[in-house]
Amino acid sequence: MPLGLLKYGLRPRRPPDRFLPPRPELKRAYDTVIIGGGGHGLAAAYYLAVDHGITDVAVLDKGYLGGGNTGRNTAIVRANYLTEDGVRFYAESLDLWRGLSGELDFNLQYSERGHLTLAHADSAIRTMRWRAEVNKHLGVDSELIFPDEIARLVPGLDLSSDVRHPVLAALYHPPGATARHDAVVWAYAARAAARGVELHSDTEVTGIEVEGGRVTGVETSRGTISCNRVLQAVAGQSSLVSGMAGFRLPIHTVPLQACVSLPLKPWLDPIVVSGSLHVYIWQSARGEVVIGGATDPYGLYANRSTLEFAEGTLLPVLELFPFLANVKMLRQWAGMCDMTPDFSPVMGVTPVENLYIDAGWGTWGFKATPVCGKRMAELIATGRTPDLLQPFRLSRFAEFEQVGEKGAASVGH
Amino acid sequence: MKIMPCPLNGPRPIQEFTCGGEVVATPNPDRADAETWADYLFLHHNAAGIVREWWYHVPTSFWFIADRNTVTDEIVRTFLPRELFRPDAQRDQP
Repeated sequence: MPLGLLKYGLRPRRPPDRFLPPRPELKRAYDTVIIGGGGHGLAAAYYLAVDHGITDVAVLDKGYLGGGNTGRNTAIVRANYLTEDGVRFYAESLDLWRGLSGELDFNLQYSERGHLTLAHADSAIRTMRWRAEVNKHLGVDSELIFPDEIARLVPGLDLSSDVRHPVLAALYHPPGATARHDAVVWAYAARAAARGVELHSDTEVTGIEVEGGRVTGVETSRGTISCNRVLQAVAGQSSLVSGMAGFRLPIHTVPLQACVSLPLKPWLDPIVVSGSLHVYIWQSARGEVVIGGATDPYGLYANRSTLEFAEGTLLPVLELFPFLANVKMLRQWAGMCDMTPDFSPVMGVTPVENLYIDAGWGTWGFKATPVCGKRMAELIATGRTPDLLQPFRLSRFAEFEQVGEKGAASVGH
Repeated sequence: MKIMPCPLNGPRPIQEFTCGGEVVATPNPDRADAETWADYLFLHHNAAGIVREWWYHVPTSFWFIADRNTVTDEIVRTFLPRELFRPDAQRDQP
């Protein structure tokens, strides 16, 4: 037994440790301001402190930490993308995820359960084969499998041929995983705060001050701050924040809805995705069936839920798993997705000097939390764009060098 | 069910429609440089509030324009493109 635990047990009183420090007074100046206290912003703050020794950092969030898309996504981690740029980036993220609970000394409930993308047509099988070969070439574990093996991995999946879209094959990605998204926020926040990073929730940024093409500060609901560098990491609000600094983005903001069922006995190990049916499904550690689908058909800045989503997403789920027909749904919610034309993020420098952007995370942001935080911190600390981020620079659109990741979007959007 | 008031077909379920994006001026193809085209193709205003967009009723192949609020999810007004673009006008020559 560790000595610390023994001493703790022998103490006469055991007040609970405060996990996150109380919100401090806002100072007039910081070296670096991070707009957005979600997974990405907090990860960047953590790696700035740990990897680069930069701790004069304030993380600002207009609500509570992790209250945006970090708390609204469906928590799936994978690296089976289609382009070389995408696979390399997400593969590094997988590597970081695997050691993250240990590094942060916090149980992120990281659960490698395998990820299957079902193919319902010959054309889909070709794309899956292509993805599998690109993945293997870059050292990512992916393979095309057929109904005999799918049946072994996913009991209960309807593999008969008398349905609208019979399952012909699947791209199997064994390292596909899920993680507890709130825990990621809490762990990064606590470990960053322990190194001196200040966390300011309920602090809304209302303006960005730019002088001579260079960022000099931010205006907030609690006063103005001057700073040397700013990182914006505000998925779902990216265009609005960049608008404060005077530039537009290749982003269209669209809601994505998801839902969970009442808890069931454990039956589904892997994550199952069908691009043709526009659904994905996995079972949480609590037994809830987590179901997501395609983005909404038109842009909005509203986290409302619709009956159209429930109908349009749950019917195809019943085609895959008919026995779920009598299962009750527990909750339904929405998050805001910053969709880019090439289904890839926007990371790096902006037209405003010392204003860095981490945006365009559409429906693929959660899985990139560690790698994006680490590499954005490297960019902020050194001023040099890491090779890994170079393909995702904002200027790629003006240079007509898009990444082209649409083939690997988990469902059609 | 969300209803879109179509100028041709009257009120219809919004699933029958496709959003065609913000109404913006098309660059002059004789003069526009690559930067202007990239801006036109990729950069959006993506405003929170009332936006003006092209919408398309799929079953009848009918294009029109809608003003709608992206925060409250309300459709303010729908109208025919000829309110903005005179069909007999020459392409703008900036």
